[in-house]
Amino acid sequence: MIRRFSALSPSWLFAAPALLVYAVVVLYPSVAGVLYAFTDWSGIGEGMSFVGLANFQAILDDEQAMGSLGNTLLLTLAVVIVQNGVGLLLALGVHAKLRSRALLRVVFFAPVVVSPVMVAFLWKYVYNPDPSAGLNGLLGLEVDWLGDPSVALWSIAGMVVWQYAGYSMVIFLAGLEGIPAELHEAAMIDGAGPLQRFRYVTWPLLAPALTINLMLSTIGGLKLFDQVFAATNGGPGYATETLSTVLYKQAFVFGKFGYSTAIALVLALFVAAVSLVQISYLRSREVAQ
Amino acid sequence: MRRTFLLEVVMIAAAVAFLFPVYALVTLSLKDPAQLSQTPLALPNPPTGDNFAKAWSAAALGPSLVNSTVITVVSLVALIGLGSFAAYFLARAHTRLGYGLYVLFLLGIVLPFQLGMIPLYRLVTDLGLIGTHAGMILFYTGIQLPFTVFLYTGFIRALPREYASAAQIDGASHLTAFTRVVFPLLRPITGTVLILNAVFIWNDFFTPLLYLGGSGFETVPVSVFSFVGQYVSDYGLVFAGLVMGALPIVLVFLVLQRYVIKGFSSGLKG
Repeated sequence: MIRRFSALSPSWLFAAPALLVYAVVVLYPSVAGVLYAFTDWSGIGEGMSFVGLANFQAILDDEQAMGSLGNTLLLTLAVVIVQNGVGLLLALGVHAKLRSRALLRVVFFAPVVVSPVMVAFLWKYVYNPDPSAGLNGLLGLEVDWLGDPSVALWSIAGMVVWQYAGYSMVIFLAGLEGIPAELHEAAMIDGAGPLQRFRYVTWPLLAPALTINLMLSTIGGLKLFDQVFAATNGGPGYATETLSTVLYKQAFVFGKFGYSTAIALVLALFVAAVSLVQISYLRSREVAQ
Repeated sequence: MRRTFLLEVVMIAAAVAFLFPVYALVTLSLKDPAQLSQTPLALPNPPTGDNFAKAWSAAALGPSLVNSTVITVVSLVALIGLGSFAAYFLARAHTRLGYGLYVLFLLGIVLPFQLGMIPLYRLVTDLGLIGTHAGMILFYTGIQLPFTVFLYTGFIRALPREYASAAQIDGASHLTAFTRVVFPLLRPITGTVLILNAVFIWNDFFTPLLYLGGSGFETVPVSVFSFVGQYVSDYGLVFAGLVMGALPIVLVFLVLQRYVIKGFSSGLKG
């Protein structure tokens, strides 16, 4: 019987073509990237030598790289909190039995499907310093959203949240739709108000959606490139420089490929560490519920 | 009832505020330069289509639409074929190999592409694929396989085994059982895979800039990027280009949007 069962399981050859492409495009280059991070390769020719941890020492001494690390972490934190907060509120809103809910869902999700580089150009206008145009004209303000170093990073965060709040919304919505209506009815019969029902029924059962949302927005925030590249290219000064824009410049402007991959490795380690912590903490929370 | 009405009003107000950038995009693209500077926030009066005609040729949108379409469609076919095939093994094989390969694929969702960016650039150059459609298709297929495999595997795990087993007991091979019986059952998740990968591939900017920049085979975001660089201060013209560049993928999304929420629901269960 067991033999028969395994004879009905597909062979690993089904996975072989996908594995081959994945290995060529992702696995091999990533492993090679880890190795390059310990070299002084300039990108030209074969000349490269292993330099140990010199690239990592250089990152610590590099004000621009360290500043970009700080910017990346701040930006990620802001995006994760606001995007998921807004996404959750939107999901709760469009989950209710509103007449316009199908339309509202499409409206809030639509920016997700537009190219980030195009969204950045659109927001460059929205963030126009001209007091009669864009957001300033609408709100009667005179802020230089992208030109003022103390504001620019938060402006980028606002643009990213605008684009991806709908993405968080859809994932929360899928979570909300998986909660049986009987649980809410039972809580209502027990006399629970809307806030109590949210606290004791909805919120705990949203744990899997929250896990996925926090992970995706954190990873997305840490890797952010297109929006910054198109909107400010890291400026003014280094106010919006992120790890991704710095490693791009080090490689393709300054030709320091070894140093650039070392920065990429730091980025990868941050992403891996955050993912691991989130998975283990949030999964344990899901199980505990 | 009154509370639902109030919520509806609040949500619609939020949607209107949320749409302000889109309002600016559309109205500015329909204004001539005089209206742009004098009444930037008003409705276009009268609206003009001049920006669209000028942007279409200045941004070379025709050729880049063709390039983007070819690259996106072929990559999607490869992703759906390779991804569903691999996921069928990963979801059904309860062996150490199956589990190990699944984890290996998932790793690709977390790894930043920047880590392999430079070695891959070198590899693609050595293969003579810089500036070609084939290079981009290979890249997108590889980079999006983890996500595709993840979606398919979750969905197939929730499917009863019996359909395929019945076909095989009747004498069908694994291959026939998969293509004739299992694959048609995957339609909802294939819809999700299609729309989410299409959005990613169509909109990706950095890699085509690197691999296709200056080749004459640029995709839409790259063409729009260089076009915006040239006409940076002429918002009417720039926005007409953005509207046309974003329209194809927005239309595809509107047709397939019901698969987005469905796909996430099955992902959360899986």
